[in-house]
Amino acid sequence: MEDRVEATITVNGTRLTRRIEPRMHLIDFLREELGLTGSHVSCEHGVCGACTVRVDGEIRRGCLMLAVQADGKTVDTVEGLSDSGELAVLQQAFHERNALQCGYCTPGMLLTAQALIKEHPEATREEIREFMSGNLCRCTGYQAIIDAIETVLRTPRTEGVR
Amino acid sequence: MKPSAFAYARPRALEEAFALLDKHGENAKLLAGGQSLLASLNMRLAAPEILVDIGAIPGLDGIAVRGQTLVIGARTTHRAIERSEAVAKHAPLLAQAAPHIAHVAIRNAGTLGGSLAMADPAAEWPACCVALQATIVVTSKKGERRVAATDFFKDLYTTALGAGELITAVEIPCVEKGERHAFLELVRRRGDYAIVGLAARARLKGKTLSGVQLVYLGVGVTPVQAKGAMAALEGKTADDAAIRAAQDAIARDLEPNADIYTSAEAKRHLARVLVARAVAALVG
Repeated sequence: MEDRVEATITVNGTRLTRRIEPRMHLIDFLREELGLTGSHVSCEHGVCGACTVRVDGEIRRGCLMLAVQADGKTVDTVEGLSDSGELAVLQQAFHERNALQCGYCTPGMLLTAQALIKEHPEATREEIREFMSGNLCRCTGYQAIIDAIETVLRTPRTEGVR
Repeated sequence: MKPSAFAYARPRALEEAFALLDKHGENAKLLAGGQSLLASLNMRLAAPEILVDIGAIPGLDGIAVRGQTLVIGARTTHRAIERSEAVAKHAPLLAQAAPHIAHVAIRNAGTLGGSLAMADPAAEWPACCVALQATIVVTSKKGERRVAATDFFKDLYTTALGAGELITAVEIPCVEKGERHAFLELVRRRGDYAIVGLAARARLKGKTLSGVQLVYLGVGVTPVQAKGAMAALEGKTADDAAIRAAQDAIARDLEPNADIYTSAEAKRHLARVLVARAVAALVG
């Protein structure tokens, strides 16, 4: 009944094949099997957004997806997107605006914010709040996070930076 | 929490899925987007023996216009519906409702068919499908059958789906000239399930309403058509008197259950607020 299932997943650019227990969440696979502990686990029922990762280019809840469902898909985590430099501008803005305290929500915040920057670069402050509403932070009171994202959206972009 | 152990199958064709459903019966659960199912597995509210993942079966997603009908594949995500130009043009109610569903990361995964099969009484798609008089296309190894959305939702989390059946598509009549849609909901926090929501639809000629549909979510065990309020607005000029009549009828139409946050009386009040806003939106 607990037979493992083979899945081939491209994680942060590396294609790998593993036999995975069906009940294992994608987020636990990334953290426990691959050691990618940048993405966090908190509520485990899709409310908090700490486990946000990117699957085939779109943000997903890592706790509401089985690792075996990622067979044939591309998964990107905060580690990969940091290494590629894609998050650099956003990370700098979070740093400058003090948009994190304990940092637990930050990887999820960064991935969601980056999705907003790509999909909706003209977002108003209210639209930023709406887009980010699925990511909970228990430290900052959110204003600094919204400030950081707004700063990135309002800063003229240099080709190649993002 | 982590789910209890289960087996997993990823069929590549509908026939394989039907065979698995046949073999495992009620011990099997279908997995589509998984945004409700995985949460309930994580909380151990459900413990199926096997998940049948329909994610690899071709032909279950996509949005198409066939004649005067908008056809949406069951596995189409909330986000795809939200972004679709065809949906915005032919079923604006769905385009209005989509942003109310949870959050972007969840809308990227959750599906139309999954939401309908789950039949959460506070979910958006069931109420929209009733208001749009949509048809749910249900398939089993015996073939296809079509169920009117108005007959599909039977009870709390209970639908007309029988053993061995799954939803493959939803057919929606394209919006007609003069037809207006409005979707409204009241929530404590953005992305929460609605305390009360309303899917509204009517034809407008001058300021006269006809073909009025008012379908509430969050006030009963299924989507609830407010038939008294619909009748109160039918053929009427959308003025304050008609709105008041509809609001009065709401008191008789709805028997909401209190939840842990909101009393039945508060829900009824909010339902009256929404009908006034919906009429304003329809004629606005």
